[in-house]
Amino acid sequence: MKQVTLEIQSNEQIAKNVYRMQLCGDTTGILPGQFVNIRVTGQFLRRPISVCDVRYPISDSSLCERPIPETSSLTIIYKVVGVGTEVMSHLPIGTQLDVLTVLGNGYDLSKAGDNPLLVGGGVGVPPMYMLARQLREMGKKVRVILGFNTKDEVFYEDEFRALGCDVTVTTVDGSHGVKGFVTNAIDGKQSYYYTCGPLPMIKALIQAAGTQGEVSMEERMGCGFGACMGCTIQTTQGPKRVCKEGPVFPAEELIF
Amino acid sequence: MNDKLQISLSGITLANPIIPASGTYGFGDEFAELYDINCLGGISFKGTTREARYGNPLPRIAECGNYGMINAVGLQNPGVEHVIAHELPRLKSHYKGCIVANVSGFSVQDYVETCALLDKEPIDILEVNISCPNVHNGGMAFGTSPEAAAEVTAAVKAVTTKPVYMKLSPNVTDIVAIAKACEAAGADGLCLINTVLGMRIDIRRRRPVIANRYGGYSGSGIFPLALRMVNQVARATNLPIIGCGGVSSAEDVIEMMMAGATAVEIGAANLTNPMVAKEIIDRLPSLMDELKIEKLTDIIGIVNHE
Repeated sequence: MKQVTLEIQSNEQIAKNVYRMQLCGDTTGILPGQFVNIRVTGQFLRRPISVCDVRYPISDSSLCERPIPETSSLTIIYKVVGVGTEVMSHLPIGTQLDVLTVLGNGYDLSKAGDNPLLVGGGVGVPPMYMLARQLREMGKKVRVILGFNTKDEVFYEDEFRALGCDVTVTTVDGSHGVKGFVTNAIDGKQSYYYTCGPLPMIKALIQAAGTQGEVSMEERMGCGFGACMGCTIQTTQGPKRVCKEGPVFPAEELIF
Repeated sequence: MNDKLQISLSGITLANPIIPASGTYGFGDEFAELYDINCLGGISFKGTTREARYGNPLPRIAECGNYGMINAVGLQNPGVEHVIAHELPRLKSHYKGCIVANVSGFSVQDYVETCALLDKEPIDILEVNISCPNVHNGGMAFGTSPEAAAEVTAAVKAVTTKPVYMKLSPNVTDIVAIAKACEAAGADGLCLINTVLGMRIDIRRRRPVIANRYGGYSGSGIFPLALRMVNQVARATNLPIIGCGGVSSAEDVIEMMMAGATAVEIGAANLTNPMVAKEIIDRLPSLMDELKIEKLTDIIGIVNHE
């Protein structure tokens, strides 16, 4: 865990109720699948948000409106679901945020095999991005399935394509991409899978996947760094804190 | 070390009065990633029971605006034998200050067995939690009647030579009666308050946010309530008091000590600002200068002295 001050470089809506925020400062040490915990004025608890991407140092000005060469950038994508995220969506460029970083375990890239499958549902999509980028940099053939309810909610389809991933988008109402759920788009031919999304999606995916994989879990958290035991789930390996031993767990350890 | 900050609990000298409260600090590991926890006067470690406990179903946490949160963790812990074998030696290896062992139980026998096991260990104070609001048939049940509180106090005192501090619940009509009962039964000190029983409802789903329905409310919102109870108990007993409840600044620490606390626990504030305990300790000397306080022991219960 690190406590750092990050400055908002951009904060824009990219889909219905979904915002992308880019932050500059010390974002070193962050791994794919980890999360950050952001202090929001007027709220007692921090807001845990998954990491979409980290770049350092910034040489590409398209990544950051006001690039700072000697520091690094963090991208998060969040959905406005309550008061805290509503406040976040109105924060102007230049705002300094108190952020805890390097939280949680992250995905295990060593298990990917040659052709991993990445499945993200809704706000479970963002953590797939940094993972996809690093797996592509390792030379893997990456298949990505992004699940949404409807066309208005779709984001990052082009960004994943730009990484060289084979991308399928599903929408429940069929307004974009394949009609139905992410499980309608899987063929079971992947070497391993990584996923993050709503619980019903995760349960269905584990049933249908046909291979081993790992899952990022979401729970209501207190501290987000392992002190309060507020987010402990039962696993086949005993009680585990989603914020500390997780959020990523091997699928076979989860108990539903 | 700054002598001006030194206090003493039952003959044990603490470098300063700041103690992270049980359940908000684990065994210190997470915080040690951010700062040297040896700056702390003491550490009250995660509430420990005779047997391992998973605790309550999720969700266990509900936010309460800017002033606090509700938790219903339900005493998740690996059990006293595991704590003695693993967590305590690890804490002892990198922390030299006062170790407060927080103990909970579901029967008098539970408390007795757990405290007897800890009596042989390198802990400094037994903090006996008779006030956990999040477990059924135990915890708070012992802290809501003077007779039951006295029974636990006497039973624990009989099996240990460590100072015994009873941790009291605010969820009672007369906390003074319970404090006095503990004093009469031989308690060496008191710690108050534990969390205040509370509730939140998810108005969209039309059901309680907390799976266990109710939980313990803590955070700066309970500070005035905690302060009042510390003051009432300080005026009615002769026991040293560890003041706890909503403390989140050096000013709050001074206020708590002026009310009658000898030491001060920091609880929920650790969860939102993991640096808060260190920040408070660093801030105390300059605040004392501003307030013309020569040493902290001078102000304990000062509002009760007229």
